[in-house]
Amino acid sequence: MAVLLPFAALVFVLTILVIKGWPAVKVNGPRFLTKSTWSTGSAYATIVTTHGVRHPSGIDYGAWSLIAGTLMSSALAVLFALPVSIGAAFALTEWVPQWLSRALGFFVEILAGIPSVVFGIWGFLVLGPFLANHVYPHIASVMPNVPILNLFRSPTGHGEGLLTTGLILALMIVPIICSTTRDLFLQVPALPKEGGEALGMTDWEVARKVTLPWVRSGIIGATVLGLGRALGETIMVAMVGGSLLGALPQNIYGPFGTIAATIVNQLDAAGIDGTGFTTDTLAELALVLAVISVAVNLVARLIINRSSQVGAPVGRPA
Amino acid sequence: MTTSAMPRTTQRRAFQVAFRVGTVLGLLFVIGPAAWLVLSVVIKAAAHFKWSVLTTNTVGTSGGLENAIIGTLVLMLGVLIVAGGIGILAGLHLAEFARPKRSGKAGFGVLRTASDVLSGFPSIVLGYVGYVALVVGLGWGFSLLPAVMILSIMVIPYIAKSTETALRQVPTSYREGAEALGMSGGYALRKVILKTALPGIVTGLLIALAISGGETAPLIYTAGAQASSTVQFSLIHHAVPYLTYLVFTDFNQPQASAHYLANDAALVLVAMVLFLLVAARLIVRRSQRFGEGRR
Repeated sequence: MAVLLPFAALVFVLTILVIKGWPAVKVNGPRFLTKSTWSTGSAYATIVTTHGVRHPSGIDYGAWSLIAGTLMSSALAVLFALPVSIGAAFALTEWVPQWLSRALGFFVEILAGIPSVVFGIWGFLVLGPFLANHVYPHIASVMPNVPILNLFRSPTGHGEGLLTTGLILALMIVPIICSTTRDLFLQVPALPKEGGEALGMTDWEVARKVTLPWVRSGIIGATVLGLGRALGETIMVAMVGGSLLGALPQNIYGPFGTIAATIVNQLDAAGIDGTGFTTDTLAELALVLAVISVAVNLVARLIINRSSQVGAPVGRPA
Repeated sequence: MTTSAMPRTTQRRAFQVAFRVGTVLGLLFVIGPAAWLVLSVVIKAAAHFKWSVLTTNTVGTSGGLENAIIGTLVLMLGVLIVAGGIGILAGLHLAEFARPKRSGKAGFGVLRTASDVLSGFPSIVLGYVGYVALVVGLGWGFSLLPAVMILSIMVIPYIAKSTETALRQVPTSYREGAEALGMSGGYALRKVILKTALPGIVTGLLIALAISGGETAPLIYTAGAQASSTVQFSLIHHAVPYLTYLVFTDFNQPQASAHYLANDAALVLVAMVLFLLVAARLIVRRSQRFGEGRR
């Protein structure tokens, strides 16, 4: 019985989301996914009926900026976290003394356990202001006015925004990627590595030609799991992201919104809408996030599964 | 030969140096910000910390943390009972009874996948569903029961997985020994297998508790968002206060007292997580020392 519970819970959650979100899907239409507007209409406006669904007049909902915000911040997080994690995992397994490596490994474990509100308050009070005062202006001043790079030009804001959020998200998913990568490195047998060294390869060449290919799919799997965590992160983003609704961020430093942060920020206020349509729209939003994260998760499991079946030494035993 | 080999050697050496520097930088980028975070949480709270904070209730944006600490502990206790029970049973089933079927494929593919998917599910979506279905739908209001249910759904996959892993690591010789002594399956499970796997199971439980104590997103719309409420002997209709909400609601308020509360709550949260993780680590180490015959 107990083993059926996760399955039942998943079916329950998805059913509720579909039932609750269906009216919003009908009214908001397919353009919900491509528009960047967020207008709740007026609480005192006349109530109109579209496709049999009652809602305040003047509503205009679009989730594109939130979908893009979710994807961009998570992509930034992976971009920062992956090289750092692999580098740290190499250091921890190859030349940091074992007692220190163990202590640092435990430290990384603690990092994984730190609640996201704590990351949030640190990002808001400490890291964000520090970056906005001492780092971002310097980056902005050297960036040329050409496409893509001009996203790094001023205004650099007060530290609440996309880049700060991406950096903290990276710190939050580093433990996932780093500890898995370290465990994978430890499972690479010594013989091929020693063989490489005997052939006169440098550490870098052994790492690139022997160790990394050996564990590649395991690292990809862990990275996608970290990506999943970043996509669903809520509270830290709500505290540090700047909670922008209905528009894309102005530049890389600018305030932005994600699906998860918007749900937590808007659900309370959604009660003002007497028809319940705003709450339904949040269900549609939640459904979009659920679909993205389930898809990412399944891809991760697929990669990890395949890696532990085909190449015998790769991946962790089940 | 030497003339053409020289630049190649230089290049290789450059890559080697860059690699070493890169890995050290990687380590610094992991450890540095993490240490900075922990230190600044401690420093920000220590500047004004009074022990009386732990024994005073929250009043609006001032007062202490007592009700929030008790609320967090009650939520964790609820998770321990509900998710602990169900999660361990599920793990037991996966490890002992759902034996791999033909062709080496893991049995119960759908159930296992569901569990994996649920463990990566965005917690705010679970919170939303708890709000819509339990708090509003069933009319329970912000209260303990929906909060514990949603938190449990979140951590059951984790507990099931760690229980399963712990059980699978019990050496086959133990099972065979028990069988050779004529123990029945159930008796061997209770007296030999579960006993050996206990440290791993307890470790998983402690980490699940740390996760649920530190969650905010699934709680705001299930346990409620009322900092001044107190803990009542009631499963429904009474909002539960908890530490993470204080951080979330007070971190950007104008009053100094609100900042103090948020910082103190963050410190207590970090201390709590640290305590649970150290306890988990000690249990693992103890069992490794005393459990003869294990790796």
